[in-house]
Amino acid sequence: MELNSRIPSGPLAEKWDSHRFQSKLVNPANRRKFRVIVVGTGLAGASAAATLAELGYKVDAFCLHDSPRRAHSIAAQGGINAAKNYQNDGDSVFRLFYDTIKGGDFRAREANVYRLAQVSTEIIDQCVAQGVPFAREYGGTLANRSFGGAQVSRTFYARGQTGQQLLLGAYSALSRQINSGGVTMYNRREMMDVVVVDGKARGVVVRNMISGAIESYSADAVLLCTGGYGNAYFLSTNAMASNVTAAWRACRRGAAFANPSFVQIHPTCIPVHGDYQSKLTLMSESLRNDGRVWVPKNKDDTRPPAQIPEEDRDYYLESKYPSFGNLVPRDVASRNAKEQCDQGKGVGSTGLAVYLDFGDAIKRDGEDVILRKYGNLFQMYEKITDSDPMVEPMMIYPAVHYTMGGLWVDYNLMTTIPGLFALGECNFSDHGANRLGASALMQGLADGYFVISTSIGHYFGSERINPVTNADAAFKEVENEVNERMQKLLQNSSGGPSGKVTVDDVHKELGRLLWDNCGMARNRQDLELALEELPKIKDKFWNSVYVPGAADDINQSIEKAGRVADFIEFGEFMIRDALAREESCGCHLREESQTEENEALRDDDKYSHVSVWEYKGDDQPPEMHKEHLVFENVTPSQRSYK
Amino acid sequence: MMSTIDLTLKIWRQKNSDALGDFETYILRDISTDMSFLEMIDVLNEQLTREGKEPVAFDHDCREGICGACGAVVDGVAHGPDLETTLCQLHMRKFKSGDTIVIEPFRSIAFPIKKDLLVDRSALDRIIQAGGFVSVNTGGTVDGNSIPVSTETAELAMDAASCIGCGACVASCPNGAAMLFTGAKIAQLSLLPQGHPERKERARSMVTQMDKEGFGYCSNEKECELACPKGISIRNIARMNREFLKSFLLGE
Repeated sequence: MELNSRIPSGPLAEKWDSHRFQSKLVNPANRRKFRVIVVGTGLAGASAAATLAELGYKVDAFCLHDSPRRAHSIAAQGGINAAKNYQNDGDSVFRLFYDTIKGGDFRAREANVYRLAQVSTEIIDQCVAQGVPFAREYGGTLANRSFGGAQVSRTFYARGQTGQQLLLGAYSALSRQINSGGVTMYNRREMMDVVVVDGKARGVVVRNMISGAIESYSADAVLLCTGGYGNAYFLSTNAMASNVTAAWRACRRGAAFANPSFVQIHPTCIPVHGDYQSKLTLMSESLRNDGRVWVPKNKDDTRPPAQIPEEDRDYYLESKYPSFGNLVPRDVASRNAKEQCDQGKGVGSTGLAVYLDFGDAIKRDGEDVILRKYGNLFQMYEKITDSDPMVEPMMIYPAVHYTMGGLWVDYNLMTTIPGLFALGECNFSDHGANRLGASALMQGLADGYFVISTSIGHYFGSERINPVTNADAAFKEVENEVNERMQKLLQNSSGGPSGKVTVDDVHKELGRLLWDNCGMARNRQDLELALEELPKIKDKFWNSVYVPGAADDINQSIEKAGRVADFIEFGEFMIRDALAREESCGCHLREESQTEENEALRDDDKYSHVSVWEYKGDDQPPEMHKEHLVFENVTPSQRSYK
Repeated sequence: MMSTIDLTLKIWRQKNSDALGDFETYILRDISTDMSFLEMIDVLNEQLTREGKEPVAFDHDCREGICGACGAVVDGVAHGPDLETTLCQLHMRKFKSGDTIVIEPFRSIAFPIKKDLLVDRSALDRIIQAGGFVSVNTGGTVDGNSIPVSTETAELAMDAASCIGCGACVASCPNGAAMLFTGAKIAQLSLLPQGHPERKERARSMVTQMDKEGFGYCSNEKECELACPKGISIRNIARMNREFLKSFLLGE
């Protein structure tokens, strides 16, 4: 497999400009002759679909919800970064680039990240122009806050609902194009496979989730904007329907998958509280701006928090990392919470939680100020836990949140299948081994609004694309395979459910296996064990899972079953990737690779590369390729937040 | 300590749009009061699956109260008894052991039932498509700070923009009106300077589309405001009416 990252030559700051100049263009009058399929309508998908339609391309957009406005981008709370330097606090494109590269523990491509920092400022302008109601200062200018690990205030926000407002902005642009006929919107369609003709991605096969019909759509290029795979762990902060199917099916067709083990565990989530729990809820890490994290100094101190005096509290982040304190990056905060709980200092009924305390902030700024900043988050917390953070400290614990890994893409966001692009969380490109807070929204919109239009123009301008329709044999073949898979999911359904397991039973088992062995801390022994256990889960799924209902009907059980089957297959990639990377970097802590102070220890000599996995068939292990990372503008350093 | 309750559920079951529906009764035991309402339905669905019956179909996704996918009428109230709360954020501690809970889909002539509690709300999308946007293409926009907006206006616009498009306003309105939904978008964009150039056209097209979809008119019952999980005020309906009237009175 050839991996050509197509990074433009020239100085870092000029690469994006010169790339745009060197890319081929499509004459405006010719654009309507090209059709683009966009799968997913979150930030990346909605912005890409709208932008390409504005340019004159014909766009078919697909989402699995009842409306394109529901994608999980909507749940992002904290904000979006941009190197505007509105606060005059020393920010710049280079600083945002540097922070992102460093935050990602030097496992991302310089050129991609620099471009991301460059277009970040345009994103804000674009969103303001759409009528996104960002928070304002009294003089009417845009407000900023500092966010998770950043020493400058570069985060733009709309209360605690930034993702919602940005997504509704992109959705409004998409709606405008649906209205004008530039985009044809297909709701309640789940992508089941990608269709490759003559080596190029030429369409998708989807399941109509209302009728159950398997449908084919052809196009000249396909964009996957289908988000991350955190739900492999069963419990995560992702929405219930978030899944890996689109990316995994593309992988099986030849799109390589990069760094599948890079999973961000978010430090501030509401702790698990029961077996019936269906998902974990994130509390924006903006809370760490004013909240102080602590645990009791002594093990098994069961006093209520208010009765634990200052001298018996351990503000472990502040004492361990004096310069960053409670604002250390996510991976560091998560790991430290786990460490405290492993030492028996965890709080709450399960002992798997730490306090996030607003007492001092309320004393300093007053209740009004704190409520204005975090009111809606506090309300949400209280609804779920029945406890008021204004009165007693929140309890938080890390949870699976974001996947830095994703489909491997070149500088144009194209996968190893020509004509198949991956945008947003679905690709691996910009966050390295750890994503900084408020950077996911930035990347999704950068890809969709500003990067893909150049890539698509260049692809259509330089490739010969033969006419194809969805009646062609290639489509029929994939349709048949999808139909067979649906029938296979129902194979255990005759004879009733007795002696069988439900989809959720198996999904929970997979989730536990991954969380225990491929979660916050990893080691060879556990990973090898997980690799042995995984086929047993797969067998259990196919031999004894009971799926009620029929394939040609609304059937939420079969939807779930298909996704879990793919999570199980994909799980092998995650485990193998974690096993192969015998260093610690970012989110990926290999217990064998730590400093004397138990901080993550990178090994740049051996692992300064992207691990790129190629699917080789169901009976063979995947093959790993390496894309070596070259650092010409920054010097990889051991991250230190002390 | 976690406490548990026993419940009787009466749930609307309907095979598809054409079939007749009816209530079915189910008994659930040992439901933790820490569960969300949807987790309670998950438990029911696991139970039904193990009994070889079809689970209850319902829309849901983020389970954080923001995507707007979930929603049902619980004991006659859209999203249930808790104020400013989506169904996924309603918790079982609001119910008592022995309660009978009646669960039915959002009902409106514009929201055809697809199956059980799952309805088609695409009419709301079509209202937005008719004009719920600022006509600005990607690129070439001015610097964000060159459009000053007072904090007061930004806050009012944000109040309106918080709408999650769940449709509870429609389901709770005796007239099946979508005026809170439509009004919220019109208000957001008429408050902000970015929305001004198109405000007349926007008000007219969105209101026209709302009528076309079969939604009713506001008669000031205020049920929508009470049911809205985001607490959106009916002042936005007044704002929409003003925008709509002005679009005719003030000429082109």
